[in-house]
Amino acid sequence: MEKFLNITLKVWKQNGPREKGRFETYKLSNISVDSSFLEMMDILNEQLINEGKEPVAFDHDCREGICGMCSLYINGRPHGPDDDITTCQLHMRKFKDGETITIEPWRSAGFPVIKDLIVDRSSFDKIIMAGGYVSVNTGGVPDANAIPIPKDHADESMDAASCIGCGACVAACKNGSAMLFVSAKVSQLALLPQGKVEAARRAKAMVARMDELGFGNCTNTGACEVECPKGISISNIARLNREYLKAKIKD
Amino acid sequence: MSSVFTSSIGKKLVMGISGLFLMMFMVVHLTVNSLLLVPDGGDTFNAAAHFMATNPIIRIIEPILAIGFVIHIIWALVLTLENRKARGSDRYASGNKSTGVSWASKNMFVLGLTILAFLVLHLAHFWVKMRLTGDDLLEHVTVNIAGVDTLVENSYALVNATFGYLWIVIVYIVAGVGLAIHLTHGFWSAFQSVGLSNNIWRKRFTVIGNIFAWLVGLGFSAIALLQYLFYQI
Repeated sequence: MEKFLNITLKVWKQNGPREKGRFETYKLSNISVDSSFLEMMDILNEQLINEGKEPVAFDHDCREGICGMCSLYINGRPHGPDDDITTCQLHMRKFKDGETITIEPWRSAGFPVIKDLIVDRSSFDKIIMAGGYVSVNTGGVPDANAIPIPKDHADESMDAASCIGCGACVAACKNGSAMLFVSAKVSQLALLPQGKVEAARRAKAMVARMDELGFGNCTNTGACEVECPKGISISNIARLNREYLKAKIKD
Repeated sequence: MSSVFTSSIGKKLVMGISGLFLMMFMVVHLTVNSLLLVPDGGDTFNAAAHFMATNPIIRIIEPILAIGFVIHIIWALVLTLENRKARGSDRYASGNKSTGVSWASKNMFVLGLTILAFLVLHLAHFWVKMRLTGDDLLEHVTVNIAGVDTLVENSYALVNATFGYLWIVIVYIVAGVGLAIHLTHGFWSAFQSVGLSNNIWRKRFTVIGNIFAWLVGLGFSAIALLQYLFYQI
């Protein structure tokens, strides 16, 4: 196996939200297979700065797969050619020497491009603000066993809670639907007694906000589940449908 | 409650329920069609067709069925247009390489259009002739229904003659396969959309749905083909 790669990058460049974007081609040599994808992007930007050119703008933060900040649609897949990881956890060993790598921003009407590879994902925050919380006075810490919670509920809730809100589900969906994200956020709370109290109001408010923000309608293709770096299950979408319809019938 | 049908989940509910309703119709339709294979010169089929044509319950359900079709088609159109808009005007240059996403699920609208095109032809072949214009082939014959000699339209003759054309049989086979593929996604998806699914039941619905889809789709195709091959006089 070769230790270093020579690659060609086709990167989306866009100066601003209203500007017309285009692809720029860059060549990089001697990229270690041990470097991460974002380290490769850093090397690219350093090279561009040294050449007096403008670096490529991309989102990143924790670089350990838990913050949900990195995005990038790489070679036809959100978070690139590996399963259950974020872009920052992607390594160059997943690519071949001489390969051309196409890097695009998330594309969806709900996620307008801000610059280059950075998209505006604040619509997710707006959906959370509509009801993705528990509004109670917490008081003192209760005894851990005061409220019994079935193990499978706790497990499912924790699985749903592993959603980092990166938006890969929307990027992968042919309908630009945010259902996997919203269903994870509704499920993690609806499965626990503390969250159940407001489950109906939450489901209605978050779905209404999601629709308002221009996300598409789920057609159950399951692409979101495949590309989710946290493996969030589409059974959460069935639960969201159930919670929402139940809440609406009660009205 | 008022906003439920305009919400994204509500629209999918409408698709799911109308889809399940149409699937129930398919079962009834296939059951009656299977009588075409009874080798008695069409007496059994004619008796069943007579029953379907004169039964008051069927008379009431017929317009409901038509509404079911119309709703399913209109909502599909609305959802598809909305979803295209939500996707945005920029497409991915590197395409979509997600694995494990069924082809059917991504092409439900195209498959639906295929079925719709077939439906128009199908109605022209049978429904229009049986219910509106009439046809020489439909001339009344006497069939013994439960010991009583009854004068009924010879629907079998019309069906048999229609399936005597190879191109029609081919169209029916293609439409049957299209319907089967449509239903492989439609069946489990309907249950998912009405909220009756979880990790265990999704697998069950998918398996049941695949069996159901191919049984129904290929069932229709097979009957047309068998009529062409073995039932021509």
